[in-house]
Amino acid sequence: MSFPRSSAEVAALYQEMILDHYRRPRNKGTLERADASVEVKNPLCGDEIGLQVAFDGDSVSDLRFSGRGCSISQASASMMTQLVKGKSTEEIGAIREQFRDLMLGNPPAADDAQLGSLRALSGVARFPARVKCALLAWNALESALAERAS
Amino acid sequence: MKLRRDSEFHSDLKLRPHFPLLVKNPGLHYLDSAATSQKPRAVLDALRDFYETANANPHRGAYSLSVRATECYHQARVRITQFLGVRDSDCLIFTRGTTEGLNLVAGSWGEANVSRGDEIVVTAMDHHANFVPWQTLAMKKGAKFRVCELTPDGRIDLEHLSGLLNKRTKVVAFNHVSNALGTINPIAQIVRLAREKTNAILVCDGAQSAPHFPVSFDSLDVDFYAFSGHKMLGPMGVGGLIGKREMLEEMPPYQTGGDMIEFVYDDRTTWNVLPHKFEAGTPNAANAVGLAAAVEYLDNIGMDRVLSHERALLAAAQKRLASIEGLRIYGPPAGERSGVVSFTMTDVHPHDLATILDGEGVCIRAGHHCAQPLMRRLDVPATARASFYVYNDESDIDALVSGIMKAREIFGYVPA
Repeated sequence: MSFPRSSAEVAALYQEMILDHYRRPRNKGTLERADASVEVKNPLCGDEIGLQVAFDGDSVSDLRFSGRGCSISQASASMMTQLVKGKSTEEIGAIREQFRDLMLGNPPAADDAQLGSLRALSGVARFPARVKCALLAWNALESALAERAS
Repeated sequence: MKLRRDSEFHSDLKLRPHFPLLVKNPGLHYLDSAATSQKPRAVLDALRDFYETANANPHRGAYSLSVRATECYHQARVRITQFLGVRDSDCLIFTRGTTEGLNLVAGSWGEANVSRGDEIVVTAMDHHANFVPWQTLAMKKGAKFRVCELTPDGRIDLEHLSGLLNKRTKVVAFNHVSNALGTINPIAQIVRLAREKTNAILVCDGAQSAPHFPVSFDSLDVDFYAFSGHKMLGPMGVGGLIGKREMLEEMPPYQTGGDMIEFVYDDRTTWNVLPHKFEAGTPNAANAVGLAAAVEYLDNIGMDRVLSHERALLAAAQKRLASIEGLRIYGPPAGERSGVVSFTMTDVHPHDLATILDGEGVCIRAGHHCAQPLMRRLDVPATARASFYVYNDESDIDALVSGIMKAREIFGYVPA
């Protein structure tokens, strides 16, 4: 953890991909028919993510998110919805673990190509105070999958 | 406290060389003193000096080194009470900070005196530390917990407060200065109102007033005043609760153990006198000595000058921030605030702003400032907050403003 922080590190955090998803979030809104619906909050910063998920068998057929918060939490939610749509719960679990590793700054898993656009968030690992922002949507998804399983 | 016009204030203090952390980091612009202050060399020296020349367990040993530690600890108490306008130095209880002081009052006085049907009043601008202990006490005792609303510009709504106060009110708790907005509350008016309409105890959270302007506990006429050393140039982990003697005498102990007892028998225990009754265990003597050095340092500047310096910086910051499009400042006009400016931008979230400013060496706070009830009323999840102290100067404001512009450049300005 570096102190003082350099402006280059900050520039590396705010990738164009993140800013684009923040400005033009994908899959934001609500579903007409959802199988699971959850809301999570980060009490530290007040960021909120609502997530609605529809399933087709064991796969996520569609999902939408709502909420407000910083660019990291909102962009992470937007990218996540794109990436997990159509994937099975098992595949999603594997991606989630890899993304957590990425956020913890662990060496990327060999097949991190699975993470796709999420790799744009790799800079977050150097900002421990912001890791929770990036994981918020994934916590919501985990709850939604658990709700579905129960 | 009398408020004066901005033109009477001067930001002429040049104290940065006294602060080792700031000297070691010449590019750092520390604007988070409302969270904790930096420490001058004099305080760090006092800590080291205590451990090198006086360290032993106070109140314990017959040997002269322990007597010396006891004397240092006692002198620190006397020095700090002088600073805060308390004649009776036994009425200062050393605590870990404001939070512990307020919990002490709720846990001791509140436990013994609040019962079903009583009422407790706090304000919507209180820090969680002066909100949650009272809410918890009220729920436990079946008392009514009432929250005083604020005016749209972030002041205590005195009319609403007046309507909340009655003979069932047992506690009125409020902060002297809001940590989130900087609002300086009209304590004299609040005290007059509460004394007129209730027999309640008046509990003042002084965490944001003791560091920033002259405070005299004896003339405030509140029953309890809690403060933190680390926000006023002192070490972390030490602060105090000042109470009126007659209250403290009657209250049961808050924690029990060594030092706070008089005689311990198998079937009962009697309590030590003030202030020891409320200081169980080995005291934080070194940090008390450090805090005494901090108040000495502040007195050498003069608290009027501290106020004047911060006021001038606040006025300058307010002027420059207000001219930035899409930037909204919360709270009353700068003339009624302590050195705090709390704001949001239409296009940049406070957390993103704080991260980008960090890259420019500017430290600000972003979040709910431990005042969620206030944030809910402002209808924002978070604000960005810059706060000033004796070591800041205009170059810190320059860095803040250019950092904000940089954030806007990264995010691209989108009018609301």
